[in-house]
Amino acid sequence: MDKIRYIAIKELRHILRDPRSLIIAILMPILMTFLYGYAINLDIKNIKLAVLDFDNSFESRELVGYFYNSGYFLKSEAAPNLYDPEKILKTGDANAVLVIPPGFADAVASQEEFELGLSVDGADANMSAATSSYSSMALMRFIEAKLPPGMEIPGVTLSTQVLYNPDLKSSHFFVPGLIAVILMMISALLTSITIAREKETGTMEQLLTAPVTPQQVIIGKVIPYIGLALLDGIFILFFAVFLFGVPFNGSILLMLFFGIIYIIAALSIGIFISTLVKTQQLAMMAAQLVTVLPSVMLSGYIFEIKNMPQILQYLTYMVPAKYFLIIIRGIMLKGADFTILWIQGTFLILLTIFLLTIATKKFSLKIG
Amino acid sequence: MNVVVVENLSKRYGSIIAVDNFNFSANEGEILALVGPDGAGKTSIFRSVCGLLNYDSGSIAVSGYNVSREFDKVKPHLGYMPQNFSLYPDLSVEENLFFYAGMFGLKKKEFSEKKKHLYQFSGLGPFYDRRAGALSGGMKQKLALSCALVHDPKVLMLDEPTTGVDPLSRRQFWDILKELRNSGSTIIVSTPYMDEVALSDRAIFIFDGKKLAEGTPAELPRLFSGKAYRADVTPTHELMEKLGKIDGLSSRRFGSSVHIYVAENDALENYDSQLETLGIQRDALHEIPPDLEDTFIQLMGR
Repeated sequence: MDKIRYIAIKELRHILRDPRSLIIAILMPILMTFLYGYAINLDIKNIKLAVLDFDNSFESRELVGYFYNSGYFLKSEAAPNLYDPEKILKTGDANAVLVIPPGFADAVASQEEFELGLSVDGADANMSAATSSYSSMALMRFIEAKLPPGMEIPGVTLSTQVLYNPDLKSSHFFVPGLIAVILMMISALLTSITIAREKETGTMEQLLTAPVTPQQVIIGKVIPYIGLALLDGIFILFFAVFLFGVPFNGSILLMLFFGIIYIIAALSIGIFISTLVKTQQLAMMAAQLVTVLPSVMLSGYIFEIKNMPQILQYLTYMVPAKYFLIIIRGIMLKGADFTILWIQGTFLILLTIFLLTIATKKFSLKIG
Repeated sequence: MNVVVVENLSKRYGSIIAVDNFNFSANEGEILALVGPDGAGKTSIFRSVCGLLNYDSGSIAVSGYNVSREFDKVKPHLGYMPQNFSLYPDLSVEENLFFYAGMFGLKKKEFSEKKKHLYQFSGLGPFYDRRAGALSGGMKQKLALSCALVHDPKVLMLDEPTTGVDPLSRRQFWDILKELRNSGSTIIVSTPYMDEVALSDRAIFIFDGKKLAEGTPAELPRLFSGKAYRADVTPTHELMEKLGKIDGLSSRRFGSSVHIYVAENDALENYDSQLETLGIQRDALHEIPPDLEDTFIQLMGR
């Protein structure tokens, strides 16, 4: 126990004595949070909407107002003498055309079934998906305002239903995922580098002649990095909640519990990498390849797992970020508790135990 | 009493044989020097004795414990100083010592006493808060030695501790080693420098993973057979090459002169004409008593 403490103190000194790495370890996550929170904004705004109002009534103008006031639509500058939605879209001056046939006002008054037309430019899939959901939202609000409370909405069926992120803000989705990516990167990258550094500079050689066990060396070395990774996680969480308004609906303790398990999984990967390579540079490249890429690409962070080729889908079971992502989004956005998260939690714990076992088995006290 | 016993040690890396059936032992309280050029297998032997290398065959015992089976019992008896500086450059002198003291299980109080003693003989006291990376070459080696000594090991394994260290620091370092030897430590030291053999109690010549010879600094030159001559000529590259082509003679550059060796049942007179064509006259050749290096070169060529 004493030896673990000595190693941890020594490792902490290394971290504190190397201001450049420390700044990277603290500042990079914050920078990335800003990047993902602001710059990489998948929110679609300023959709150019043209309106063909054949009803030309008070109600129809009110409906159009609901669209333009939603904040997502801009008035299209398409030529007003074009009366065919297809022609308007072809000019490229509009992304969508709303067609209000005559009789709309009457239908609203008598609460009859009625069909509005919405033609959307499908060239940009993201844009078209967003346009239909924003349009549904605008229409819903219009109808809700027109109906007495508690009354059923006649003839309106919404094909898309957006839960948990009603504003469809991508930062709510990205920032929690960012915690998963950054924790993985910091933990795996820094541990693999710190062990590789001892090998590269030869300090491991003298250390290994001391009466220490591989477990003591590993535990002692990773303790400060668990702290550093947690610190990073808290920073990002702080920015996520207070700057980007990402909700935090669940339990902080549960989050901390899974966070630590996830960090241990990442550290295990880092230790495992360090047993395979001899230089810091190789460790860095291998760690990025093995942790960052899968955590971004194969975790469901950006791309949906169910849309991936079957082989890649199997591969995602080995990516800790996949489980942690569901857990962290669940806790933050849905306020999910353990009764909901236990499947993902069990997977994550099992994977962590597996990785840790391999890493400690592979870590040897010989140099050749 | 033999504190370190190495029997039939062999280690190969792929097709390269680094250590070839090597035997040696070190007595309690002696300085044993392992001497040989780079690549002779010294470091592989050191790492094997220190339990860092999986050697292929043979057995190693330190203080009666088998290194491969009872390494945990060996560790407290062994102090190792690797060839390359292996302390933490971003930690101070005292932090490095403190860390190694901790690794060997010293209590805080034991450490503060030990520290005083180590500072005293190494002269590192005034530099206790200097980063190890900012020390001079000689001081780095003294610090590494101090770290290898924190737990009072019976056996010190020093792999080329004076390589790349200035002459004054080398002499100081050897003074420290002699002091440690006098207080009962067994010191095994490897070196590429022949002049350090004279400072040790016993030396082993190593070449190509094999033992060439073994003995005290006084005994070793007696293994030289035949005669050694010094030729007062400029040892140009061309001359050395042509000398090397003469069958029966061996030679080496020695400062600004050349040493020429003649085998026991041979005589220099047999080569007079060949040497003269190279511009070496008979009166430029003087018989000399063979030194350690002459002996090593001759043994190496056999």
